Amino acid sequence: MDALQQLINGLTLGSLYALIAIGYTMVYGILRLINFAHGDVLMVGCYLAWFASAQFGLPWWVSLAGSMALTAALGMLIDLGAYRPLRSAPRISALITAIGVSFFLENLGLVIFGGRPKAFARPEIFNELYHWGGLRVLSLSVWVPLITALILAVLLYVLYRTRLGMAMRALSRDLVTVRLMGIDTDRVVAATFAIGSALAAAGGIFWAMKYPQINPLMGIMPGLKAFVAAVLGGIGNVVGAMLGGLLLGLAEILLVAWMPELAGYRDALAFVLLIAFLIFRPQGLLGEKTT
Amino acid sequence: MNSGTPTKPWTLLILWAAACWQLGQPALAAEVQPVLVGVNLPMTGQVAAFGQMTWTGMQIAHNMKPEVLGRPVKLVLVDNKSDNVETANAASRLVMKEKTVAILGPSTSSQVMAAAPVSEGNQVPLVSATATNPIVTQGKKYVFRVCFTDPFQGVVAARYAYDKLGARKAAILTDISQDYAVGLAAFFRKEFERLGGKVVVQAKCATGDQDFSAQLGTIKAAGPDLLYLPNYYTEDALVARQAQELGLKAPILSGDGADAPELIKIGGPAVEGLAFTAHFHRQSASSALGREFLTRYDQARASGQLKEELTGFHALGAESYLALVDAIARAGSTEGAKIRKALAGTKDFEGITGRINIGPDGNAVKSATILKAVKGKFEFVTTIEP
Repeated sequence: MDALQQLINGLTLGSLYALIAIGYTMVYGILRLINFAHGDVLMVGCYLAWFASAQFGLPWWVSLAGSMALTAALGMLIDLGAYRPLRSAPRISALITAIGVSFFLENLGLVIFGGRPKAFARPEIFNELYHWGGLRVLSLSVWVPLITALILAVLLYVLYRTRLGMAMRALSRDLVTVRLMGIDTDRVVAATFAIGSALAAAGGIFWAMKYPQINPLMGIMPGLKAFVAAVLGGIGNVVGAMLGGLLLGLAEILLVAWMPELAGYRDALAFVLLIAFLIFRPQGLLGEKTT
Repeated sequence: MNSGTPTKPWTLLILWAAACWQLGQPALAAEVQPVLVGVNLPMTGQVAAFGQMTWTGMQIAHNMKPEVLGRPVKLVLVDNKSDNVETANAASRLVMKEKTVAILGPSTSSQVMAAAPVSEGNQVPLVSATATNPIVTQGKKYVFRVCFTDPFQGVVAARYAYDKLGARKAAILTDISQDYAVGLAAFFRKEFERLGGKVVVQAKCATGDQDFSAQLGTIKAAGPDLLYLPNYYTEDALVARQAQELGLKAPILSGDGADAPELIKIGGPAVEGLAFTAHFHRQSASSALGREFLTRYDQARASGQLKEELTGFHALGAESYLALVDAIARAGSTEGAKIRKALAGTKDFEGITGRINIGPDGNAVKSATILKAVKGKFEFVTTIEP
């Protein structure tokens, strides 16, 4: 029974990682840019939702939608200000810029929101406790995988069934050629960032509902873990990101549950896994071998 | 928007800019030079509440006693971001660049240990308001504190758990990245076992962890009748919530690290009934200075300048300032070695939380208070003398 409960705990955490990792990996898959600011965009999304619900008293789904929309706009703004001027620069420049954007958002958050954590309210619908035998499951833990699956389905639909998605996939192969075909690549890239950022906001808000405190540095760890999850799954592969997230969540919980004396190495485990994958299976679980 | 204190990070920037400007100015011979006192506190990051509350208390105390040796005292604040490396950097900056004669802060034991070598090496006395781990002052000449220490706090907690709560099987969840939590857990365990209790499981976590479900699952399986959490407020609040979700019904006992409004804001109904050992409750402020401090705090609250309940961190922040200023006055000099000597000879100083005696080991001897979260407020339970 206890082992089963721990499995549920692991899947709960894993599905949150998965939700965040999907946005991370999508941006990478299309632009080949590891967007280190993803976790900080997530933080901004959480604060926007917090303002909407705690300050203006909006219902949770309105604040979720509003926050996703505003965060999408923020994503486009970041692209416009930070990445577009570097589109033709080497990839490493964009990567370093992403780290810069990350620091900028963190410190801007500290200035605007202050350094002390805020309590994030959990809506009633996600706050119910189900008892199954001796097992206890929070309704949020049931909803998160469903929402993750829904987002994944919508994302796959957009990528494989719409013209925008086709443009995105084409762009991931060769940006210059796509531009020569008369496609406004800047618009497609902006759309990619908009979707990626909205996904970050969604992931962050559900994270904050589970772990109900938000602070300006809250995005760092979930962001890094989502990055690890994305690499485990095969970076650029959205289904892989989901698998990687679940795997990472389970691995962390089971490490702490079965080897309590190693509990302090929980974050290290994620990075050991990352290194092991980079050495032995760099393409990840579902990624294609690059030549 | 910001929950409590008047200090926002941009205020620090202005302060810092002002300090730079000051240094850039040619000294006017006629003007009295202020006594510069450095303040090294976590204003942002994981334990930002400690730094901000302590700073609020210091500012009130500064208004109460703005002068020493006939010169104005000037506080120079540097944010250590709740990070040990940044804390050491902040200490170096205060000593080397700002040329402060003494340093107040940092808040946590790990931070003081990071800052201590700078104070020792440059003979600049450091007075921490709230670092409770015994190692903080051990073998140090220039490190002092105005709070009790964890061997005492752990004993108080264990006795309260065993005698008052009737606990016999305790579970402990320790944040192993904080010297404070590791030390306090050990002192609690020692006394609890000496009394005849049993620690059925000792689980570990780290600062910044958000998910404790695995540890709590193990704890629940062991069936304890008490959960001891010697950690800081964010972790304590999250643990309390997740314990409730997992159906762990044992009462929770915590340490002075829980004493922040965030415990209740984040913990919500899950922290109802959570008790903790604390430094202070307003009814223990009996001295003249203590009453003046309370009046000033209440005035600031009534006028809307301050928004949160008075905690031990406010009181100790004020007390660390007052004890330092008192020592500088007795030393009659701003020389590090002389201030140090005066600090080490602090005897029957009527501070805010009571009478303080600082021994040559740098530690203050003080009573502990037990507080309990009841209906969204910290209520006084009892005071225990050393």
